[in-house]
Amino acid sequence: MTLAQTQQELIDEFAMFTDWQDRYEHLIELGKDLPLIAPEHKTDDNLVRGCQSRVWLHATPQNDHIHFTADSDAMITKGIVALLVRVFNDRTPQEILGASTEFIDRIGLRAHLSPNRANGLSAMIDQMKRYAVAFSAQGPKA
Amino acid sequence: MTPAAVKSAFDVAEIRAQFPILKELVHGKPLVYFDNAATSQKPRRVIKAESAYYATINANVHRGVHTLSTKATEAQEAARETIRRHINAKHAHEVIFTSGTTASLNLAAFSLGQLLLKKDDEVLISGMEHHANIVPWQLACERYGARLRVIPITPSGEWDLSIADSLIADSAACKILAVSHVSNTLGTINPVKELIAEARKRGIITVVDGAQAIAHLNVDVQDLGCDLYAFSGHKAYSPTGTGVLYGREELLERMPPWQGGGEMIDMVTFEKTTYAKLPFKFEAGTPHIAGIIGLGEAIRWMEDYDKQAMAAHEHKLLEHATKELLTIDGLRIIGTAKEKVGVISFVIDGVHHYDLGTLLDQQGIAVRTGHHCTQPLMQRFGVSGTTRASFACFNTVEEVEVMVAATRKAVKMLR
Repeated sequence: MTLAQTQQELIDEFAMFTDWQDRYEHLIELGKDLPLIAPEHKTDDNLVRGCQSRVWLHATPQNDHIHFTADSDAMITKGIVALLVRVFNDRTPQEILGASTEFIDRIGLRAHLSPNRANGLSAMIDQMKRYAVAFSAQGPKA
Repeated sequence: MTPAAVKSAFDVAEIRAQFPILKELVHGKPLVYFDNAATSQKPRRVIKAESAYYATINANVHRGVHTLSTKATEAQEAARETIRRHINAKHAHEVIFTSGTTASLNLAAFSLGQLLLKKDDEVLISGMEHHANIVPWQLACERYGARLRVIPITPSGEWDLSIADSLIADSAACKILAVSHVSNTLGTINPVKELIAEARKRGIITVVDGAQAIAHLNVDVQDLGCDLYAFSGHKAYSPTGTGVLYGREELLERMPPWQGGGEMIDMVTFEKTTYAKLPFKFEAGTPHIAGIIGLGEAIRWMEDYDKQAMAAHEHKLLEHATKELLTIDGLRIIGTAKEKVGVISFVIDGVHHYDLGTLLDQQGIAVRTGHHCTQPLMQRFGVSGTTRASFACFNTVEEVEVMVAATRKAVKMLR
């Protein structure tokens, strides 16, 4: 499935829910599928700045793709990072850097993208894109 | 001036009708605004006063000879007099306009630091201070090699007075006491008057952060006996970007200016500048004239009501919220002092405050989550943050019930 297809899949999934409660319950459920960060990588260095809850994000290059693992101490934040990981995981740096984040708007989570400092979604996307820039500069690793 | 004029009876429906924003829907639900400790909503009278300035008398103050400038100056100075009366200062020139409590405290710390602090001197604050009453003093201490001492906080969220007294009595090095009248995170009303009395016996200069007090308590600076008293307008039904630093005349005369610029000078040459008289010495640049006029109007609006009745109403909300929230399994209130304003901070086992705040917002309820700019206090209580509901006179018991039900629903989703 392409990155755009995964985004569409999420848009379709969230379109099934008409009320906020179902939407957030689904988001919390998504968090349970998040590829969890290894305990040794849960360090301050891997904390995403700009979240009111704590979010750890780790990336490793695998061939020419990037593999993300993450965790958060808040369930909604964990759901949000899981959503991003589902879209960006095991993609090439070029795919990640070229990706639009419009799908966030279309699944009704736009509020989480506001410049309000309490919301960490933009910070998470920035961090993932920074990893993509770093890994594309390094080139594929064996 | 008729301060003894008949006060309007307290009727929450009548009060609510004066706040246009309370008709707004959030996520399709009626707004329940419980973030008044961050900023309160504004009554129509204040909004009108601010916009009337722009519509009818907009001009810079104190400089023009033209009619509009005179009118703008009169309106701003009338607001200063209103505030003087409201906080019972001796002179209107003891009321300095700033952009808010943060600016007031930075002015205080910068200027008092220069006037008073030397190497190994001490500044005494408390463990429940907002960062705005910590960091400016840290900066001043760093500048002069002075030290910051901290009054510890008891488990109920009050000053440990025996230690506070000894920190004052045993230290000849203590030059400044800077403490909050009311805690923004816990709601605790602190015994500032008593502590100020102790400090003054030893010649310590006293500064009070009154940001959370001005909308809820009767503040009488002469009765408190403080040297400086800081507050913001926007937490007291006034426009944002307005604030006050009250200072005793004799001390203000001795304090050096903080910011230089227009308005604050007497004579400028490249060799030497002499400063304007009070309060202008501390008011460099064009002030937030419209906001100040709004602030004056907000104070007059509050004075139209019996502050005691307002406080009693807010206390009823606090008591109801406390009782109802405690029925939620695993909920713990942070800050259980005997004397509190309408602020209730809590944590719930297994529930992150960010999640709770998000799910309450979905239900139209505005609360604050996080550390509330009091990280040392969070460390004291061993929590990363809390959820805080803070009430104003326009809130209702029904709204408290909506919040409690919404919290219950959120907890169910999160466990």
